[in-house]
Amino acid sequence: MVISMIGQLGRNVMHGVAKIGDATMFGLASLRLLFSRPWQGKHFVMQMYAIGVGSLIIIVITGAFTGMVLALQGYHMLVKVGTESLLGPAVALSIIRELGPVLAALMFVGRAGSSITAEIGIMRVTEQMDALEMMAVNPQARVMLTRIIACALALPLLVGIFDVVGLYAGYLIGVEMLGVNGGVYMGETIDKIDMIDIETGLTKSIYFGLLIGIICTFMGHRATATTEGVAKATTQAVMLCSVMVLILDYIITSFYL
Amino acid sequence: MNEYKKIEMVVGVFVLIGVMSISWLAVELGQVGGLGKSGYTLKAVFEDAGGVREGSDVMLAGVGIGQVKSVILKDNEEAEMTLRINSGVQIAIDATVAIRTKGLIGEKFVRVNQGSEEEYLNEGEEFEDAESSINIEDLIAKYIFSGDAK
Repeated sequence: MVISMIGQLGRNVMHGVAKIGDATMFGLASLRLLFSRPWQGKHFVMQMYAIGVGSLIIIVITGAFTGMVLALQGYHMLVKVGTESLLGPAVALSIIRELGPVLAALMFVGRAGSSITAEIGIMRVTEQMDALEMMAVNPQARVMLTRIIACALALPLLVGIFDVVGLYAGYLIGVEMLGVNGGVYMGETIDKIDMIDIETGLTKSIYFGLLIGIICTFMGHRATATTEGVAKATTQAVMLCSVMVLILDYIITSFYL
Repeated sequence: MNEYKKIEMVVGVFVLIGVMSISWLAVELGQVGGLGKSGYTLKAVFEDAGGVREGSDVMLAGVGIGQVKSVILKDNEEAEMTLRINSGVQIAIDATVAIRTKGLIGEKFVRVNQGSEEEYLNEGEEFEDAESSINIEDLIAKYIFSGDAK
């Protein structure tokens, strides 16, 4: 009994390691096609539209409310010790360093990542991949690569927008509603934020974008070619991406401190 | 094709907004581009640099006029600071510098006390007098021990 449980554990670990290797090779194989002809420009633009522009509204809403709630919470904490002049940097640092990249990535997984997995899964179920190959089109380049690159490019842009919207929303709540001095708020923010903070946030978002793109296309591509298979793969992809984003966030943060 | 052109346009606008957001963050908050600004450098030798770092502000009459470019040890006993002063700011040759704190526990900055001479400091010249930072711990220690002696 115990021995079979240990055996099962070993099997699971080996299976997991094999899967990570498989996904890495899959991602590298896709990225290598970046330099191959024909250049899939048109399909890339379509993906930027679906992935980037499609996620814009949810990102703006998330950013606005994150900034607002941070300002509200921060103010009530800081005002107790009379340091509400630090509200600006507190809001800006949390958004730019942590919450911007992570929350945007999580929303992005839910909005764009899930649809990538489902779309590719269904393309396989309906044998569209084979059809592409029959037409001498490399599906890895046209379907996978365009989506991975679109993720890696769209997410940093979305994080930039998230940051600006969040900072502005925080400013509105802190200055207009709670009455912190506007000049102090902005001045302290500009004083305390350095280029390294913005770099950290952007680096994170680029890695998150790549990770999400690779995991989601991989899960879609390896989904069992049935309706349930695609549903399961989509759920797994969203779950895996969310967890990996948080783990990767810790690792990158530890490098930057 | 017309439909695709529209999508292209929307994606272009999206990328533009994203890039503008990032560059606003970098320029406004990260102060990129401020490093290569024109100006001139002055030197000041302090007994104790007391927490002034590279990038700390240099202020005259409460207005920022430059930044600390470097802090190095001189002759194994003093701290030599190189200050980058914005061009257009003229500092008299008898001006002095002091290290002060923003607020009670805020960050340190270099305060320039303007002199009264008509001649001005040029590139690379040194302030004639530099007052080190006021160390609160030293003050407290002095107060406690002088109280003991009574």
